Amino acid sequence: MGDSAVLLGQLFNGVSVASILLLAAMGLVLSFGLMHVINMAHGEMLMVGGYLSFLTLKFVHGPAAFLACLLVAFAGAALLGALLELSVVRWLYGRPLDTLLATWGVSLILQQAARSIFGPIGVELTAPAWLNRSFSFTQGWLAGVQLPYIRVFIIVLSAAVLGSVALFIGRSQWGMLLRAVHQDREMAESLGVNTRLVDLLVFALGSGVAGLAGSALALISPVTPTVGQSFIVYAFLVTIVGGLGSLLGTALAALLVGIFSAAVQINFSLSTADVLLLLMVVALIQFRPRGLITRNSRSLSEA
Amino acid sequence: MPLVALEKVSSAYGMSQVLYDVDLTVEPGEAVTLLGRNGVGKTTLLRAIMGLQPVSGGRILFDGADITRLPTSRRARLGIGYVPQGRGIFPHLTVEENLRSGLSALEGRPGVSARIPDYIHELFPLLNRVRSRKGGVLSGGEQQQLALARALVTQPRILILDEPTEGIQPSIVQLIQNALQRIRAELNVAVLLVEQYLEFAWSVTSRFYVLRRGVVVDSGLTAGRDPHSIAHLLNV
Repeated sequence: MGDSAVLLGQLFNGVSVASILLLAAMGLVLSFGLMHVINMAHGEMLMVGGYLSFLTLKFVHGPAAFLACLLVAFAGAALLGALLELSVVRWLYGRPLDTLLATWGVSLILQQAARSIFGPIGVELTAPAWLNRSFSFTQGWLAGVQLPYIRVFIIVLSAAVLGSVALFIGRSQWGMLLRAVHQDREMAESLGVNTRLVDLLVFALGSGVAGLAGSALALISPVTPTVGQSFIVYAFLVTIVGGLGSLLGTALAALLVGIFSAAVQINFSLSTADVLLLLMVVALIQFRPRGLITRNSRSLSEA
Repeated sequence: MPLVALEKVSSAYGMSQVLYDVDLTVEPGEAVTLLGRNGVGKTTLLRAIMGLQPVSGGRILFDGADITRLPTSRRARLGIGYVPQGRGIFPHLTVEENLRSGLSALEGRPGVSARIPDYIHELFPLLNRVRSRKGGVLSGGEQQQLALARALVTQPRILILDEPTEGIQPSIVQLIQNALQRIRAELNVAVLLVEQYLEFAWSVTSRFYVLRRGVVVDSGLTAGRDPHSIAHLLNV
């Protein structure tokens, strides 16, 4: 197996991790961009999506079972997100530090609940048979490279979700109202837009997408009570690098973080890779303090 | 019964009070100007009616109903159209999207079709030509027309206008003046106007209030009253 093959394989892994990071970070970007709320329990939406997928596979069988998992994970996490918005976030408007603390508390409660229900050891999801294959290259300079279907599927899923969310924001009636609220909350309210409802919808959508990320992640690694914790840090990094409030920036940042991390891991250990990643992010925000993609007035529209 | 009535309304920003027991009424279809120097609380008063500025005392009535604690979006749905200072155009929304955003105010109103009325393009023919451009790239005069048109999309019973002529060239001021006169005559929409430009105010409104340090110090009919007779209350 040649050097280029190793590099390509790692690059591919990086892109697939980036896809999950993108899904995880999208909700953070949406809710921060719109409501200036930092949701520390966002990672747990990922965890909930993972466990919901695990449970769904207990009841649904057959080749399309995993698609049911995705649906359940999205709906369940979105519902939980809506509940969180209605019961906690909404009451702490304009108090970002309190929101941070309260949602962190919720995150701990959810983790402990998962530990009590499913135990501290991770549960495994068996991927459907049609995903348990891979593209293999046997000839030429790519000889030895294997591209597992699962990872291809995750990349496609993430691209499809990104596209749908961008279409929803850019084309739909609700998306237009979302952009209006984002650009001038008071004016939108003065035109009769129920901004509370828009906030709720966006929060639920972001949580649902994180649930999808959890479902996708469950295909490649076990679901544990702390899976959200380990992913949320990277998701925050992606959000910061991408520039808050821009989906295109988020996508680019996710790719950057995912690929950088994977590339560094060729020669270094996982923890060294993390250190280098953080150094890279610190260096980057020295030059672009507001992230990769910025606009005078931040907007979600041009994704 | 007045369309809008303020009864002893007070308002404060933190510890500093801005409005003191203000009484003000606007009858259905009537046009009223609110005058005063900078910083006397004119914008605060408009924002209080809109629900954007908390009221610390008194009541605000719309069509006889107490709306003092109603959320802003509900007030818009009752029929209060607002054009703020600075116009409040959504910069990254197209002109058409800006207009369509006003349709939100029609939700829950029986017998109202959620579409942009034709007379809006008749009043402001410019908007149809620039409909796919972003609101943020329009000139001040164009934005002002868009803001007025967007407020009309909400099919208001009263239009609240905060300095619509500020920073706008004379030909557009004339156009806005004509549009306001037609809106009043043909649609029977009431107007509450904050304005520094007295001739403009006199040409579109029939009654005035003068605010000074948060207190109403003069009021009356514009007809027969020389605008220059109150200029001393306005100039620094």
